[in-house]
Amino acid sequence: MQHPTPTERARPHLVCPAGSLRALEAAVDAGADAVYLGLKDATNARNFAGLNFTDTQIREGVALAHRHGVQVLMALNTFADARRPGPWFAAADKAAELGADALIVADTAVMGHCRDRLPGLRLHLSVQASATSHAAIEHYRQRYGVQRAVLPRVVAAEQIARIIAGTSVEIEVFAFGSLCVMVEGRCALSSYATGQSPNNAGVCSPASAVRWQERGGGVSARLNGVLIDHYGPEEPRGYPTLCKGRFDVAGQRSHVLEEPTSLNTLELLPRLVQMGVRAFKIEGRQRSAAYVGEVTRAWRAALDRACAAVEDGRPFTPDPAWQQALSRHAEGAQTTLGAFERPWR
Amino acid sequence: MNDRSSLSTPGGRRWGLTVGPVQYLWPRERLLAFYAELADSPADCIVLGEVVCARRRQMRLEDWLALGRELAQAGKQVVQATQTLVETEADLRQIERLGAETGHWVEAGDASALALLQGRVPLVLGPHINIYNHRALQEHADLGVVRWVPPVELSLEALACIQPPEHPVTGWAQQPIETEVWAFGRLPLSFSARCFTARQHGVPKDQCGFPCGDDPDGRLVRSGEGEDFLVLNGTQTQSAGVHCLLPHGTALAATGARRLRLSPQARGFGQVLTDFEAVFNQGAAAAPRMAAWADLGVPQPLVSGYAFGQAGMVSHVSLPSEMPA
Repeated sequence: MQHPTPTERARPHLVCPAGSLRALEAAVDAGADAVYLGLKDATNARNFAGLNFTDTQIREGVALAHRHGVQVLMALNTFADARRPGPWFAAADKAAELGADALIVADTAVMGHCRDRLPGLRLHLSVQASATSHAAIEHYRQRYGVQRAVLPRVVAAEQIARIIAGTSVEIEVFAFGSLCVMVEGRCALSSYATGQSPNNAGVCSPASAVRWQERGGGVSARLNGVLIDHYGPEEPRGYPTLCKGRFDVAGQRSHVLEEPTSLNTLELLPRLVQMGVRAFKIEGRQRSAAYVGEVTRAWRAALDRACAAVEDGRPFTPDPAWQQALSRHAEGAQTTLGAFERPWR
Repeated sequence: MNDRSSLSTPGGRRWGLTVGPVQYLWPRERLLAFYAELADSPADCIVLGEVVCARRRQMRLEDWLALGRELAQAGKQVVQATQTLVETEADLRQIERLGAETGHWVEAGDASALALLQGRVPLVLGPHINIYNHRALQEHADLGVVRWVPPVELSLEALACIQPPEHPVTGWAQQPIETEVWAFGRLPLSFSARCFTARQHGVPKDQCGFPCGDDPDGRLVRSGEGEDFLVLNGTQTQSAGVHCLLPHGTALAATGARRLRLSPQARGFGQVLTDFEAVFNQGAAAAPRMAAWADLGVPQPLVSGYAFGQAGMVSHVSLPSEMPA
């Protein structure tokens, strides 16, 4: 790998999703500093049919990424099954063997395994580990040597600054993509309805439990029988993720937990760079290679300009073309700053 | 198969009954009256503290500690719980104070509490510390752990794999870490920084006026077809169904666990405690006792899917004789 210049070293990384080799290639071409990927099983939190990597594909992906100076992070971010934990430990061994630059981990069982058996492997604390304070992050550094932590999307901007001040661990935040309104790693809504959740199966509101039903000119979406939403003939239809459904409270039907929006932190970028955020993550391993390429390209340009603005003490002026490109891909075509700015506070 | 015969254990060990922290915002007088009644209940352990929202400050730390002293004098084991979602420096200071000032065990709501309290006080791993396998429990043993409350979505089969009765993980003072299974109450399913009760009322979180205080069992969320599905409790979302393992003593005993967590609901809770004591420690039958709960205002439906590796909303409690193996 090429050695970065001092300026480049100070700059945060753009970390992009790869659900397939084609998406990985698109992210590398579009200027990602790192890509993250997972195996084709329940060891990672995007355990969807048709996604993710075989061993051979990881080897190929690592070679391709490394040729371009791009890091490969392997997500091992579900919790090992009590009855059959072996695949999780095997996946960690595989990450080291296949040349991943870091492992993204949530389960202390896996962290302990890596500390004891794979001391050379760099560890990133997954968002699924629900660490929302510098004390929590330091806990994982001291016990397992974690070198970076991904913050849950509920953490507000001013808290990010306090967390960075309180730990030597690098901080990564979500920049763009689907919005989890709940604290990651602490949400069992999906398993309450379906038996499968992000923690225990790497899925939320799994497609196998979804049923679409034509009704009264519109369409009903059910999750394991529970009516999550009903769309009128003219209404746009979203995937029935449980927390984004429309429910009834005291006779009023509404999006009780969250509107179907996407996270977009573009406006906050210079502030987050200034704080010392070390990496920005784009969500979307379930998305197409074309999506990954286009979003990565926009964010590459935005991050470079934000870093330059911070370095030179100039104002940051987002290019309208980036926002256009990003809003084309936003879920429900609406974007939000999520918990970073907390308009609801 | 009848549950009763197999509930008595070798050596006649009793089932411990823990009253979990009150998840809802109850007025101070109601809360104090609730705990005064518990002094004479069959529960042998009581977990105190506000675990859901840092803004609910009607009970200050001093109040909780004073309450703890009273309950301890009444012969109860007292555990002080920390917040589940730790966000601010003030939240961290609160945890530090618990370590310094409580004479009791502390239930850790998150890894911040593990970091700040390890080795200082006996720790209970709360249900939001993600222990999903044997190795993960081992990783926590040397922090000074006395007890763990498994994540609610784990099956009973998984619990037995994580803390096998024949060779248990040991913690504080080399004693086996005790398993406490969530056996009654609406399930805490998720947490957010955002307050959904405030959102329902159209008020900002920081000047909410505490509308959650109007919902002593949380605010019901129904599916599009009127089924009771979820419950809003401020920043926490719960199941509408009350997870209840009263008729599943045999399956519970097989895990090696000997302690149950009963999470307070606003009505009928005293009777629920009496009934758990009668069924688990005195050999009474579960079904007729549960049948009387609805009239007392215990929320319905009663569910138990998680215990058997199914969706949490699945109910087996109405058919105790057809309990899955």
